[in-house]
Amino acid sequence: MAKKNKKAVENFKSESSPPTGIQVVLREFKKDKLAMFSIVGIFALMVGILYLYFFEIDKAAVMKISLIDRFTEPGVRGYILGADEAGRDMFGQLIIGATNSISIAVGITLIANIVGITLGIIMGYYGGFIDNFFMRIIDFFVTLPTLMIIIVVITIVPTYGIWELIYIIAAFQWMSTARLVRSKALSEARRDYISASKTMGTSDFAIMFKGLLPNLSSLLIVEVTLSFAGNVGIETGLSFLGFGLPPSTPSLGTLVAYAMNPIVLSSKWWVWLPASILILVLMLGINYVGQALRRAADAKQRLG
Amino acid sequence: MWKTVIRRILIMIPQLFILSLLIFILAKQMPGDPFTGLITPDTDPNRIEELRIKAGFYDPWYIQYYNWITNAAQGDFGRSYTHEKPVASLIGGRAMNTFALALFSVILVYLIAIPLGVIAGRYHDTFVDKTIVLYSFISFAIPAFVLYLIFVFVFGYRLMWFPTSGSVDVGLDPGTWEYYWNKFYHLLLPGMSYAILGTTGIIQYLRSEIIDAKTMDYVKTARSKGIPMKKVYSRHIFRNSLLPIAAFLGFTITGLLGGSIFIESVFAYPGMGKLFVESILSRDYSVITALVMLFGFLALLGSLLSDIILSIVDPRIRID
Repeated sequence: MAKKNKKAVENFKSESSPPTGIQVVLREFKKDKLAMFSIVGIFALMVGILYLYFFEIDKAAVMKISLIDRFTEPGVRGYILGADEAGRDMFGQLIIGATNSISIAVGITLIANIVGITLGIIMGYYGGFIDNFFMRIIDFFVTLPTLMIIIVVITIVPTYGIWELIYIIAAFQWMSTARLVRSKALSEARRDYISASKTMGTSDFAIMFKGLLPNLSSLLIVEVTLSFAGNVGIETGLSFLGFGLPPSTPSLGTLVAYAMNPIVLSSKWWVWLPASILILVLMLGINYVGQALRRAADAKQRLG
Repeated sequence: MWKTVIRRILIMIPQLFILSLLIFILAKQMPGDPFTGLITPDTDPNRIEELRIKAGFYDPWYIQYYNWITNAAQGDFGRSYTHEKPVASLIGGRAMNTFALALFSVILVYLIAIPLGVIAGRYHDTFVDKTIVLYSFISFAIPAFVLYLIFVFVFGYRLMWFPTSGSVDVGLDPGTWEYYWNKFYHLLLPGMSYAILGTTGIIQYLRSEIIDAKTMDYVKTARSKGIPMKKVYSRHIFRNSLLPIAAFLGFTITGLLGGSIFIESVFAYPGMGKLFVESILSRDYSVITALVMLFGFLALLGSLLSDIILSIVDPRIRID
């Protein structure tokens, strides 16, 4: 009898305990079939692209110019997606371009978010002068035409490749993250558990990164996902305008930029359309996953 | 409130000053100089040197900055080397095109977004609402240049409904009715593509505002007094939700101006955005600096405008 009771109490406990973060996220994705489909699709797409890039594509052969094959149509002479103006295989370029674009976006997202989150937490935790000082800088940059300034900076850098591009874009992307994290950290830092930690003599560093940070994690996952989508957009946009990677290293943006030639745009659809569709699919998918995560992070919006 | 407005305007001055210093130093760091472009095999190198000295190219940077900023304050941004005319008149001509495009787009944004937002909020959780939410989601996620290219491809090249480049056909006399009609015709496709991307924020805001308003006491009161739902929407909910939308105006305009780089590049539309890209490629410093200053100024003005409108229409938000 006593044993039975104990079991009942255990059952009761497990039912009433609130679901943890990962369970809420899983439930949200189960409820939203499209988000589920997006996350699986995006993951499969990225793995596929990386597999082809590292094991199947001969990068030197793809970039070799062969004028006989100029504007070969898709499916002819072994060109799955045809060839561009210089006779380079479009399918191979698409894989290389996608790999470059995704790695650049990952790099920007990592750097910008590490800087933004760290600064945001410091600003929110300490408040006062530090907060004011960085807020003025952020306010200044947020209202500026950032895209134009990034373009000007890019043209100044004498030698630039993937890393320089990542640094320059990241230098203008941390502000919005810092502002968001700061506003959340500001209210979180006034909670009792933080004060308790302080009275126990825990160091500021430990409170900020072991106490505060985990409690902002649901917000941060959403922020990182959505900023990744945004960074894919910024990189491809800059490359599209001709201020991203040099033409010899394809990115999804430089491939779409072939369409700036009216002849290519109007009659050689295989040169620019696959890259455009790939960007579109990536952006929609990542954003959809981000929205589902946002709903999971905000109890008011949850579906499941 | 006027105190706040004046203070905001006063803050804009140091902001613009820092921006000007930043952009001037950046522009000076750019490789090559505008005269490099003038060198042909038969130009006399001494002649180029003379031009450089005359333009103050070898002065210390702070003297160059001082000269530039004092002139700029009087509206003189120097001469464009590639276009061989004063920057002010060069930008002036292009600005008219960009502003026409932005104005047309802003009108379209509100014409599309307000009804869609209201319908989505009113018929919340129905098929219509889900379709509108999907549309606003796609327009949020889609990169601008991809949408523009697909539009040029479909409506310009395949269906051939609209011209695909320029702002007006050649051979039309300015001032005639045909000239303006032609200009407007060139504006239609970029304007519409532009507007489709600008609607997201307003739709989302209106939708959630109306969904919230449905549960408000003032709506219940109105309903219990026997006012038909239709009238509650048009008289009460709509009016309350619509005012803050006005505050989006500043951000919408700034967003559109910033996006002009992409739209004007894709549609080969001779506005300020395309001029900026051209100037970067030809290292036309005077034009670059002037354009960044102008865009920075407009961005600051836009956010100020939004704050002012917001504080007028929504007394709960006071900016002080």
